[in-house]
This record gives sequence, C-alpha cells and structure tokens, in this order.
Amino acid sequence: MRHDEPRHDIRAQGESESYIMVHIKVSITVNGTQQEKDVEPRTLLVHFLRDQLQLTGTNIGCDTSSCGACTIHLDGEAVKSCTVLAAQADGGTVTTIEGLSKDGVMHPMQQAFMENHGLQCGYCTPGMVMASIGLLNENPNPTEEEVRLGLEGNLCRCTGYHNIVKSVLAAAKK
Amino acid sequence: MIPAAFDYKRASSAAEAISLVGQYGDEAKFLAGGHSLIPLMKLRLAQPAMLIDIGRIKDLSYIKDGGDFIAIGALTRHMDVEKSALVLKEVPLLAHAAGYVGDAQVRHRGTIGGSLAHADSASDLPATTLALGATYVAQGPKGERLIAAADFYKGFLESALQPDEMLTEIRVPKMNGAKWGFEKFNRRAQDWAIVGVAAWRSKDASGVALVNMGSTPILATSVSAALKSGASVADAAQLAAAEAEPQDDLNASSEYRVHLAKVLVRRALEKASA
Repeated sequence: MRHDEPRHDIRAQGESESYIMVHIKVSITVNGTQQEKDVEPRTLLVHFLRDQLQLTGTNIGCDTSSCGACTIHLDGEAVKSCTVLAAQADGGTVTTIEGLSKDGVMHPMQQAFMENHGLQCGYCTPGMVMASIGLLNENPNPTEEEVRLGLEGNLCRCTGYHNIVKSVLAAAKK
Repeated sequence: MIPAAFDYKRASSAAEAISLVGQYGDEAKFLAGGHSLIPLMKLRLAQPAMLIDIGRIKDLSYIKDGGDFIAIGALTRHMDVEKSALVLKEVPLLAHAAGYVGDAQVRHRGTIGGSLAHADSASDLPATTLALGATYVAQGPKGERLIAAADFYKGFLESALQPDEMLTEIRVPKMNGAKWGFEKFNRRAQDWAIVGVAAWRSKDASGVALVNMGSTPILATSVSAALKSGASVADAAQLAAAEAEPQDDLNASSEYRVHLAKVLVRRALEKASA
C-alpha cells in the first residue's frame, strides 16, 4: 500500500486494541508549492517529504537527530526533519535541497560545495548544504571556528570536514 | 523509525492544554518542541496514546524582566534563550548553557520548558537552572503553583509536576554580576554531557550543579559550603561528588565520572573566581 493512500480505521498491530489509527490533514508549503495531504499524526516530516511528496533529496541517516542528513528549513530555520512531526509543520513553509536551485542555476552554497570539493560520497551533503545556508542566514560572516561549531549537528564520514568548512567560508564571501 | 500510533490534539492556550490532559489522563503527553519526546517515542521508550501539541501557544514564548529575576516562558526555544540580550546581560550562565544544548537544529525547535519538564539529568538546563536557584511555575486545573528547582527533580525522568500540570514559566534569579563557569565533557560536540558542571560565585555565595551525575541533576551543596567557610577552589572541588550517585554506562564508569566531576568543578570555579 502506498503511503499517500488514505488508510482509515486500521488497527495498528500489537498496539492497544481500543486504539484506532486516525488521520489528520496538513497543509505545508514545500519549495513554494502548497501541499495538502492526509497524514497519520505519527508521520515524521522527513517521511512526509520523501514518501508522500517523493522529495528524496533529503536523506535519513541516523534517524536519531544526531547526524543532520535530514536537515531542511522549516520557516527559514535549519531543523532535523526526522525529529519533527508533519503535524508540527502544518501551516509552515519548508525548503528542501530540491528547492534551492533557480532556473537550473545552483544556489551559491551548492556551487561552493562543488568548487571546493565539499563532498565525497554525498550522503550528508543535502543536510550539510541546508545547515550551512541556515548558518550563514544567522551569521553571514563566520570565522572558521564558528563554521565548525555551527555545523556540529551534521556528521560527515568521508571528508574530515575540512573541505566542507572551506565551502561554507567560500560561500560566505560570494 | 516511526513512533507507535497516537492521536493528536493541538492546544491554543495553557488552559485548553490542561483541560485536554485532564480528559485523557495518563495516556496523554504534552508535545512542545518534541526534541526530547519524539526520539523517545521512536525508540518506544515512551508510547503515549495522545499527544497534546502545545508548541503553538505563542503567549508562552517570552523573556521578561521580573525585577529580581528573569521570567522565561516555558515554550521559549533554546536559540531564543541563547541569543536574548536580556538573558545574556542578567543570567549569562543560562544563555551560555542554552547555546550548548544539542546543536543548532535542535536549538531551533527544543524549548526550555520541554527540557526541564523532561527532567533528564543528562540535559544541561535542569542542572543550570538548579545551580542558579530558579523557580518553576506550574499551571494545573486549580491554578498556579511555584516549585523550586531544588524540589522539582524526583528521579530519572521524573519531576514534581502532576500529570494534569503544565510548566508555564521559569524564573531565574539575576546573577547581579556574579562570575560563572560552565563545563561540558563529551565525545561529540552535540552529545549529552558525560559530566557537566554549571557554577557561579559571588562575594559570599555560590551555586554548583552537576549534569549526568545521578538520576537527577545534583546540587553540589558541599562544594558551596566549603567555599563559604573559606576553602580554596581546589579543595572545595574535591567535594564535587559528595551528593552525587553516578551511574556506569558505555561512556564512563561511575569512578571516572567522580574524577571528571572534581576536575570540571575545579575548572568551572576557577572561571567563576577569576
């Protein structure tokens, strides 16, 4: 069964007999398009984006709000979408990695990551880019130390972070 | 990981939230920023049948000057506490500690009230507000009551809040220029402290509290008593773990935690005495 098919009155296996699964309606503007969907209350924002909207650029890494691979912007701020319910984002505005480029031109942060080799396997990259843009929104001219501290919520297992930090500092100068 | 199924209601005021929790009783949990609760629900360590979302109660997000204290609405986010000019000026230890909760993404969502009500001794703000002698305001069906931070933490993830009570405000005494130190020892930047220390010191008083040194945040009263009777920082710090009952876990044995507490209390107090 696809995730976006309404599933009313299905008892969750192994859970309280008296419990009946409910759906709620959410309306979230994602990358400029308003999306109205039925979700279970327990639907995490990352699953809403990946499974219901097929926006699979946002990755799930640790799924425990440690690694930051699922970082998106909610109302303009970087958040970990594995730890936000879609219901909490109802009425809000979300930007994902897919929403950054304009008319086929990469966002300056994406460009900076490319030019500075700020990635190797690429798995952490969407989250890194979203967190980095959030960082510069709050601190447009960070020091190297501030970049390292500001990205503490994003883990990369390949690069050793040096080129990621270089990318963010380069983007800040653009 | 997706949490077990639950039903979801949104409250638009504290009164509505309290009435809803009265209706659903033990099955219900308040959801603020969700950054303590949702991870527990994903791991099935918490399985509430009803979540009452209080995250949109905007009038509980504020930072005000209350005279002798700074009043912080329970739904104020860590990021807002960290960056508040008023908190930075009057309670700099709290602003600093708020800036070390989790990471930037967590601080954009997590709230001070959510963190305190969650009552995790490994979190930074329970110990920090305990060291500062904060008072918490709880609202229930019969009205408000004040709970001293020192009376709030009852056990592991257990607070003095009744099931139908909601934390609405945190009152933190102004530091009046007292110096302070905050030490957080961990492996990864964003982790919970293996041991943490929040400490402040004025001419004739001090407050020292420990993170992750027992099932509740620990007020190191022996350290403050020793300082008051004239002991040196180094000697007082030797009493750091006198009130603590640290656990063993993957990160540290209880003996190592005791050692860390002594070192970190000394470092925090050196900063607070400089």
